[in-house]
Amino acid sequence: MSASTPIEAVGDALVDAADAGIDFDGLVVEPFREAYRWQTPETEAVLTAAELREHADDPYATNWYYWEHVVEGHDTPRRAFLRWLEAADDLTVPERYDELRGGHTRSWGELAVTAVLSRGGRRRYEVRHEDDVGEDVDSYTDPLEARHLVKHDDDGRYRPLSTAPSLPHGWAFVDLDGSDLVQTVDYVYPATIANWHREREGDLDVDHWSDAAGRQSGIYGIVEQLDGDALEWAAEACCVDSQCLKRREWDESEDEELDVPRGDGEFPCREPCSLFIAAARKFTTLEREDSREYTFELTPAEKEQLEDIVDAVAAGRTDEIREADVNEGANRYRARFLRAKRMDDHGLSGTPTYPEDHEDEA
Amino acid sequence: MGRNSPFFGDAAGSEVPKDGSPQQPCMQALVIVGHGSHLNPGSSDPAFTHADTIRASGAFDEVREAFWKEEPSFREVLRTLESEEVYVVPLFISEGYFTEQVIPRELRLGDWDPGNWDSDGTDADHVTLRATDVDKTVHYCGPVGTHDSMSDVIVQRAKSVTGDPDVGDGFGLAVVGHGTERNENSAKAIYYHADRIRDSGRFEEVNALFMDEDPEVDDVTEFFDAEDVVVVPLFVADGFHTQEDIPEDMGLTDDYRTGYDVPAEVDDHRIWYSGAVGTEPLVADVVLERAADAGADVGDAVERVREETGGADAASAGD
Repeated sequence: MSASTPIEAVGDALVDAADAGIDFDGLVVEPFREAYRWQTPETEAVLTAAELREHADDPYATNWYYWEHVVEGHDTPRRAFLRWLEAADDLTVPERYDELRGGHTRSWGELAVTAVLSRGGRRRYEVRHEDDVGEDVDSYTDPLEARHLVKHDDDGRYRPLSTAPSLPHGWAFVDLDGSDLVQTVDYVYPATIANWHREREGDLDVDHWSDAAGRQSGIYGIVEQLDGDALEWAAEACCVDSQCLKRREWDESEDEELDVPRGDGEFPCREPCSLFIAAARKFTTLEREDSREYTFELTPAEKEQLEDIVDAVAAGRTDEIREADVNEGANRYRARFLRAKRMDDHGLSGTPTYPEDHEDEA
Repeated sequence: MGRNSPFFGDAAGSEVPKDGSPQQPCMQALVIVGHGSHLNPGSSDPAFTHADTIRASGAFDEVREAFWKEEPSFREVLRTLESEEVYVVPLFISEGYFTEQVIPRELRLGDWDPGNWDSDGTDADHVTLRATDVDKTVHYCGPVGTHDSMSDVIVQRAKSVTGDPDVGDGFGLAVVGHGTERNENSAKAIYYHADRIRDSGRFEEVNALFMDEDPEVDDVTEFFDAEDVVVVPLFVADGFHTQEDIPEDMGLTDDYRTGYDVPAEVDDHRIWYSGAVGTEPLVADVVLERAADAGADVGDAVERVREETGGADAASAGD
């Protein structure tokens, strides 16, 4: 099967497959008397083998060849993802080809993934940050490069969570075949395609918090002690769309849902991740402390300023607050002024954190 | 692909043979499992580097890295593979908590029992199990750190750091471990390789030293008569311990941030400090050998990888 052009390869494959019959994406080819019946939603004909070969450049033929001889991998997440990219379940072959000629783009997290029609019905793929569509950026063709490209955000900070919405800009993987595309996406957002596929097939294996916490050992064994309220706060802190692009499918347990929004992500989160477990360990130790009453003196503006500071840190926008914008509570000069006025060796308003340790000084 | 497999199955799916496609040989994958880090971006580098070397050898249809603290997690790596035969090699130094509890549990190796390895702490080899969430056979291998070939890597590390392929005469070698009361096997792996390399007779003296237990690496010069001492820490990745603690503990520098010389003069000795052994390219060979020991069909990849990573002439230290 060493055809000299992609179309000849399709023709050879058509003739080879015709006796056994083809029924794929609207194309039916089957033996009929001494020839073959060729049927698509638009046309029907009876063809000799030679005439069948002449249909090798028909979109239905090249489409069949691409999926059955190039992509293959029935039931694999790879194939399902590539078909989803061109909406193969919703569009007819001619509709798809119209879309693919100009490039058909879908988003996956912060990625824009584009499928383009190539010679003989082959598809080529591109992937880049969705903000970089139409931009002139550095191009790559080796999926392995993705591991290093997405390791740090645009500010050079390490990204321990691959699905955090902090994907760096300025690169594109181009001219990829389907396998390389899937590998690239899997290095940017590991295992998201596999879990998305399982969800579509109705067999996503969700591990709820009670399962995930229960199997922890070593220093993480204590996370089981995190109570329901604290788990809600932890999910609100770590798992909402502003922090992670996965859609949370796990809850406290099978019967106890969390109230925190699950998120709108394309791909599911099937269990608390290692970062969540590590954070939960800290939250668990913090939650062991009981509340105390402290007496502080603050002006109303100072109280609001503390709230502004917590908000700014929680929203990750301290870097955006301009140096001279003293109207912002979380401005550095404002924070330094508050510290100078209200904090001493004992902390806020001179109130010791543990007054009992300072009774001698009273 | 580029390999011959003794296995044949219907990997291409049952619908395909209808049009006459030949059946595909059963695919095999290698998964390198490492610790990774939420804080240190360099922690995963050795796993990536060794995976790339093995990928380039063509010995496996798929090669993937997975981590305890990064992604894909141990939990989800198997489902990213299309291969039915999966060889899992832990990029860990010793047998213990991670290799015996965490990794098998997270990979969902249903029938795993630490007794499967029948190891006294340094001779885990491999066990074949099924993972409960995927339709795959998993060949779970012992860690790279306790494979005999790791002795060769330590020697290779000594060659690299001295720039002398014949290093040995007049040189002492210190193999350094973390040492911890939590896991006695941690020290066993260090002694195991130190003993093997000592028995080979290549170096004047060989000693096992530790960060957190006696004999301590702080006193490295007291343990050697040889003026030149190569110090090789048996750690997977460079980080806090290998780049900050050990150089300062040995007196190579007062402040790791100012760096240190190689060799550095300490108490009339020249200390050739190599940094983590796990970053040595020849570690890829140990990973490959672990998988081959477990039955992976790697063809001549072991020889080719040894050639490429500088280990071709390594006379096996213990043989």
